[in-house]
Amino acid sequence: MSAAARAARRGLRSGNFAVGGALTLVFVAMAALSFVWTPYEPTAIAILKKLQGPSAAHLLGTDAFGRDVFSMIMAGARNSIGVALVAVAVGAGFGVPLGALAAARGGAIDNLVMRSTDLAFAFPALLSAVIITAIAGPGAINAMIAIGIFNIPVFARLTRGSAMSLWRRDYVLAARCAGRGDLAITIDHILPNLMAVLIVQATIQFALAIVAEAGLSYVGLGVQPPAPSWGKMLNDAQTYIYQAPYLAIFPGLAITLCVLGLNLLGDGLRDWLDPRIRRER
Amino acid sequence: MIAWLAGRIVTLLVTTLAASVLVFFVLEILPGDPAQLILGVNAREDTLAALRAQLGLDRPILTRYATWIGRFFLGDFGVSYTYGVPVRELIVDRLAVSLPLALMAITLSTAIALPVGVFAAARRGRAADVMTMGAAQVGVSVPNFWLGLLFILFFSVKLGWFPASGFAGWDKGIWAGFRSLLLPALALALPQAAILARVTRSAVLETLGEDYVRTARAKGLTRSAALWRHAAPNALIPVVTIIGLQFSFLLAGTIIIENVFTLPGLGRLIFQAIAQRDLIVVEGLVTLLAFTVILVNFLVDLVYAAIDPRLRTGAPA
Repeated sequence: MSAAARAARRGLRSGNFAVGGALTLVFVAMAALSFVWTPYEPTAIAILKKLQGPSAAHLLGTDAFGRDVFSMIMAGARNSIGVALVAVAVGAGFGVPLGALAAARGGAIDNLVMRSTDLAFAFPALLSAVIITAIAGPGAINAMIAIGIFNIPVFARLTRGSAMSLWRRDYVLAARCAGRGDLAITIDHILPNLMAVLIVQATIQFALAIVAEAGLSYVGLGVQPPAPSWGKMLNDAQTYIYQAPYLAIFPGLAITLCVLGLNLLGDGLRDWLDPRIRRER
Repeated sequence: MIAWLAGRIVTLLVTTLAASVLVFFVLEILPGDPAQLILGVNAREDTLAALRAQLGLDRPILTRYATWIGRFFLGDFGVSYTYGVPVRELIVDRLAVSLPLALMAITLSTAIALPVGVFAAARRGRAADVMTMGAAQVGVSVPNFWLGLLFILFFSVKLGWFPASGFAGWDKGIWAGFRSLLLPALALALPQAAILARVTRSAVLETLGEDYVRTARAKGLTRSAALWRHAAPNALIPVVTIIGLQFSFLLAGTIIIENVFTLPGLGRLIFQAIAQRDLIVVEGLVTLLAFTVILVNFLVDLVYAAIDPRLRTGAPA
């Protein structure tokens, strides 16, 4: 490959990071801002202004209740990001210690953890999330738990796999000779070396959780109205698809751009944080 | 080889059994009395007791599990609490929609992704590669149910080429049924194809750098012959893994997509059964889906072994 092509690829890579980071920042900022300010009250019904197309007064138009779509998308970002954040935290919070334990102890514990993750992977994540929320009752909290549960095996496997190879390193052997226990070695030597891989994975899982949350709220199992959510907005839009097609465009665009941002950020972080797992792209 | 296969089959059965235990006990400990839901809140206590006895709900949970799983493996999933028909009939009815949908989606996804991935790898670093991979990056990020909605907006509302929702049924001819499944299948397939194309591209890039490809070129094979005859087939292992994984994702994806297009498939059945606390339907269906995923993973392992004999013996690959 020519030097120019190589430079172009590097540019594309850092481009990933910059574009992904910027997109993610925009959505996080929108979510944060929505706590204190939105152009209109996102739940305020103004029936006289219903189903207006995009205009200067309503950037993205109004929905069937006359609510401002842009304000709803801002408040929806808060919901999506909040649910996804907790879900990934649940997954990492349980998965990382489990994986680290399996790698440190090996043997029967390792086997148990690994077979349990096999079992968890037998259930399509979204299907189980749908069933859990449908039975336990719809709502943001149950959505977080349902999506979070299926992040646990992902983090457990990744942590275990990467930690296993670290346990064979000389510096771990040295620490062991110095009399340090499994827990101390895991905290001082294993986990810090896993941070890069875990951060990249967390970004990817974050993107998947955003899609999962949108899917759940599309079928009415996510956060409950009147709290706005992107998935619910798409479901409502389907009713008015003939009169107001723009209603079906903007919330979906928000999901796509937010997920795209996170995916690009994940790719960028991967290249930046961990040259060892740099993929050929 | 026989021992390897036997071991894999035992794992398959044990995992399925574990999955069934999980499904059954988790669903049974949840609140909600099926008898109460069927008869309503005003039902008399003795009527409720009679119905529980009739449904077998008065027996200890372990006995019920043993009976249920024993019959499950014989293909008898019990009788629906609310419809009064065998669960198997309900599932088979809905499979007529969901199975063709999933198969169409996975076929479309593979048919799109493999050529695109190999093409991008062959044009690595050039404009065509950057553009296809840029498109794939966006494709990966689009939620399939929104894509379905966009398809409805464009092909049904604007152009009127396809029905906006509903299923025409197979009895009106293959084409009518096919037509109502094409848009949902495409909506499911495109985001999956984007993932698969990226995997295919990087797998082919990896094999393109192998010595045997250079040898093939050295012995006079053209670039494209070396690519298609040597690099592409050797790139299949990671690609087959992802196709296997995607199957599980597709099964779950059909649930949401069936809602978008109001198709009477397994997804709708699950929603109805949960709403009516028709637990025996949910248990049978979810266990069956888990079994399907486990079975597909098993088949993927078999395909590996067929592609790469080293994996059969556990020799270092």
